[in-house]
Amino acid sequence: MVDTLRADSLLYLDGVTVSFDGFKALNSLSLVVKRGELQAIIGPNGAGKTTMMDIITGKTRPDTGEVYFEGSVDLTKKDETEIANMGIGRKFQKPTVFESHTVWDNIELSLKKPRGVFASWFYDRDDEDTARIGEILETVRLTHRASEYAANLSHGQKQWLEIGMLLAQDPKLMLVDEPVAGMTDAETIETSKLLNEISKSRSVVVVEHDMSFVRDLDCRVTCLAEGAVLAQGSLEHVSADPLVIERYLGR
Amino acid sequence: MITQAILRALDKKAIWVISILIAMAILVPLSNLLLPTGHPLRVPNYMVSLLGKYLSYAMLALALDLIWGYCGILSLGHGAFFALGGYAMGVYLMRQIGTRGVYSHPELPDFMVFLGWPELPWYWLGMDQFWFAAIMVMFVPGLLAFVFGWFAFRSRVTGVYLSIITQAMTYALMLAFFRNDMGFGGNNGLTDFRDILGAPIAAQTTRAALFSATAIALAASFLVCSMIVKSKLGKVMVAVRDAESRTRFIGYRVENVKLFAFTVSAIMAGIAGALYVPQVGIINPGEFAPANSIEVVIWAAVGGRGTLIGPIIGAIVVNVGKSYFTAALPDFWLFALGGLFVFVTLFMPKGIVGVFTSAWSALRARRASARAQKGAGPMPGPSTDAPARPSQRQDNETETPPGAKPSPAE
Amino acid sequence: MTCGVRPFRAVLACLLLLVALAFASLARAQDTSPLISDFGGANLRALAAAVEALAASGDERALPVLQALGDGNLYETVDGGIYIREGRGAIIDAATGETTTDVEPDDLRVIRINNALRRDIRAAIGGMTLLSEDDNTRLRAAREMFSTADPANIELLDEALAQEDNAAVRRVMEQARAAAILRTDVSEEDFAAAVAVIAARGDRQALGILNANLANASEAERVNIEAGIARINQALAIQGVGQNVWYGISLGSVLLLAAIGLAITFGVMGVINMAHGEMVMIGAYVTFVVQEIIRTTNPGLFDYSLAIAVPMAFLITGLIGVAIERGIIRWLYGRPLETLLATWGLSLIIQQGVRTIFGATNRDVGNPSYMSGAFDFMGIAITYNRLWIVVFSLVVFALLLLVLNKTPLGLQMRAVTQNRRMASSMGIRTPWVDAMTFGLGSGVAGLAGVALSQIDNVSPNLGQGYIIDSFMVVVFGGVGNLWGTLVGAMTLGIANKFLEPYAGAVLAKIIILVLIILFIQRRPRGLFALKGRAVEQ
Repeated sequence: MVDTLRADSLLYLDGVTVSFDGFKALNSLSLVVKRGELQAIIGPNGAGKTTMMDIITGKTRPDTGEVYFEGSVDLTKKDETEIANMGIGRKFQKPTVFESHTVWDNIELSLKKPRGVFASWFYDRDDEDTARIGEILETVRLTHRASEYAANLSHGQKQWLEIGMLLAQDPKLMLVDEPVAGMTDAETIETSKLLNEISKSRSVVVVEHDMSFVRDLDCRVTCLAEGAVLAQGSLEHVSADPLVIERYLGR
Repeated sequence: MITQAILRALDKKAIWVISILIAMAILVPLSNLLLPTGHPLRVPNYMVSLLGKYLSYAMLALALDLIWGYCGILSLGHGAFFALGGYAMGVYLMRQIGTRGVYSHPELPDFMVFLGWPELPWYWLGMDQFWFAAIMVMFVPGLLAFVFGWFAFRSRVTGVYLSIITQAMTYALMLAFFRNDMGFGGNNGLTDFRDILGAPIAAQTTRAALFSATAIALAASFLVCSMIVKSKLGKVMVAVRDAESRTRFIGYRVENVKLFAFTVSAIMAGIAGALYVPQVGIINPGEFAPANSIEVVIWAAVGGRGTLIGPIIGAIVVNVGKSYFTAALPDFWLFALGGLFVFVTLFMPKGIVGVFTSAWSALRARRASARAQKGAGPMPGPSTDAPARPSQRQDNETETPPGAKPSPAE
Repeated sequence: MTCGVRPFRAVLACLLLLVALAFASLARAQDTSPLISDFGGANLRALAAAVEALAASGDERALPVLQALGDGNLYETVDGGIYIREGRGAIIDAATGETTTDVEPDDLRVIRINNALRRDIRAAIGGMTLLSEDDNTRLRAAREMFSTADPANIELLDEALAQEDNAAVRRVMEQARAAAILRTDVSEEDFAAAVAVIAARGDRQALGILNANLANASEAERVNIEAGIARINQALAIQGVGQNVWYGISLGSVLLLAAIGLAITFGVMGVINMAHGEMVMIGAYVTFVVQEIIRTTNPGLFDYSLAIAVPMAFLITGLIGVAIERGIIRWLYGRPLETLLATWGLSLIIQQGVRTIFGATNRDVGNPSYMSGAFDFMGIAITYNRLWIVVFSLVVFALLLLVLNKTPLGLQMRAVTQNRRMASSMGIRTPWVDAMTFGLGSGVAGLAGVALSQIDNVSPNLGQGYIIDSFMVVVFGGVGNLWGTLVGAMTLGIANKFLEPYAGAVLAKIIILVLIILFIQRRPRGLFALKGRAVEQ
């Protein structure tokens, strides 16, 4: 039963525990992300959301527990680069773009191409790449700022640029950490449309605090608290859960 | 593929720099050798060697800037690679002395005879061949950098930690080379050279040729650096400098990028050292002193790190100043150098080149806005929400990375 | 080893000796003068007889006269007077021991002796001194006999042992007797006993004596001796380990002092202060200036010079530290590499400034009386200045722990280390904490300078010699943890001293550096690293 669950999943976490100096950031966390699924993760500060992303992307190693990608690849044995090249993209909580590169170069660097030293040295952009970059810039609505330095973008634009960089990587799984922090309402709505669009062709996991945004996403919701899953299901189901109300939403 | 990389590297600025260097390589020796002594345009003999020395320093600074300015690796031990290249050249030059040493030994240099060595140590073998020595000049610093970088970058030693262990590395090498047992002349180092490639090293024609070689080597290094920096690899390097873990999460092998840059830079430093030694006539363990390596950093900083022209300008400016002050006001020099460190880091983080660039773009901006007021042309897209850097140029072809300030990823 | 063991007893013994001498010279002056005048005009054979006679008299004047003769300081005049004169010193009447001005130096003729006679004299002196009333004189004499191991002395030693009641002297006499016995034909049991006595001594000299006797020993004796040698070697090995540990702790304490201030600035503020070594150097110069002032105004206070220099150095370097932080470092927060460069520039300026004011040469900083001398602890020689530095470094360490853990400043410093932004929003004045932290780190460096002035050359380059080692200690121990610095310093100190005998001082240092470089690559954040997400922010 478990094995078929793992085999069918894109991402499979089982019994993952991490502790820092005695503090358990994740406490036997189990989570499954299906292929082509959009899933939102909510939970109070310190629930272990970012640590979970660190585990998936290879930044932190779990003390115990299993982490599998596409049912068979053991992610705990891989490092960040391998995991990224396998098709897991990650957007950080604080938008992290290459500030001294132009918007265009940011996308170009992220484009799915051979990543080796010499391949990069002698890389030459062809028409197909140019078209693809233009397309992505269009998607994240940054075409008009393509030649500007990323440092000069607004906070919301940096968030979008980072999502654009994720798209350029063409990942199978996108981990998006608080994508709408610092965005205006209009931008937030745009972002939820964008993520819904993206999730048609790949799996997306969104960590977010903004409940109206999560409602807009209209997807399966997982609530984490103290390093473990508290409740799972539709937003209505989760927000009606007494435990969730007590620990997270409040009365 | 490679021709494209070269063409991309040769933008207007690079062509200028390379042309000037090649012109120097031709004109300085011509003027020195052909014009009569006392002619106003003649470059005096001492000046030829002095300029050669400055240019090899410039090459060292350029090598350092490739990793510091573009990749965020502050090496406080680059003098070690310079010195290793120098020692490789020194060993070759020692073996050219032949029987002309004090003890007239056909094989052993004087210091080995003096210390009672029965035969040449194995690592001196083959070094009488120039081609082999030339390979060693690049191989030894390159290998050290590769092994050191392999360990350091894979275990993600970064920032000041890396700086400190590079300093420890050059310090350990200095202590080692001070030992007579190392077989490199201990305290006194290697000196009293006679010939290089069969030509007497003291002859003015040889000195002029060495100068030309240095200028051409610098031009070639500039071209290689430019090829790297202007490629996608160069952009990845800058990405590593600004947001290392982001680069990793995009899927680049950060350690390989760093290792490549570090090794290339070390080889360049080694070649610079090999060109330096015959021009100054001596190499000793003092070249490994940590203070020397830090001085190289200030050359790059004064000129402007994160640019290729900056370190060359910086190395020349600081060393001209050093030559002047150590002769005129010897006590003052350390105050000046120390003050320079403080001043540049506090007030001129982008160096001389940075100052000129912002002055230039301020001028252009003023002209543009004057034109805009007259309604002559469109404004070059001023961004409404651009608080970060006011002096930003908008065109894509300028490769000056504006913020040398490394910002941590998360 | 020296008077340091029991100063009080030694002084008492000296006083008693002086009193005894005064009486003796009064009482016996007339008895010995004919014996002493026999030295005049004698040939070598007669001289030998005179030496024997004088020694046999047991007179107190005999000792200085025989010593002078042995050293070539005994002179005669044409009229038969015998005088002692050391070099160009005062002329002393040999018979009375009093200074005289009656004789012209030009009239003195040295009494010449040969090597055989010199040996006789030495033996004679030994015999007299073994029976001296002064413990130290007897001890010296017994040691002398141990090293000569002359069978002729056995009788004398037996006599001395019969009346000896000082245990330490007695032991050396027994060893001397055993050494002499080894050279005679004795029963196997006596031989074995003698070997055992010498082996129990367990030092290099004992080893030398046993080895010397190995050559012409019988088969049974040889087995005995070899067992003895093995025993000594074992004792020496243990002693060697002890000695190395002590040297290591001593070096470690110096490293600890030099590094601990750095650990604070680096650990709390993430600031690499390359001018840290110069703070140490300034601390040493403060000591120098304090001592100079004391020398010119009130030399009696010299023993208190360090007690005055410690707070002075702390205050002065602390203030300089605060000034550096306010003037330079605070503009460079978040740019550690720039801070490194700026403080390096600063270190050049400070060095050159000190060189301009005090000159480039080493300045002489004196050791107060309690800092000089040494004592012997289970065969390990311990010098007082090293001992005090170990104690001082541990006291400084303990005080810093107290400051960090028990004071409001320490609490705020730790808060800032863990989460600067949060600390700031909690109302902690982080700029003030930064300045105080930097001042504290620099002040501790100044304290290190006071200590280092006692064992190292005080010159403008003093700090440079320690800066790389200090960094190694901090990086090895792990940032943000004082215990890490302590363990790091002691580990490096001891490892260095254990490597030195095999590799030599320079190579040992190189090996240590290489090992640290490798270690950092295994554990990039040191031995006692903080873990978790906080580290990377």
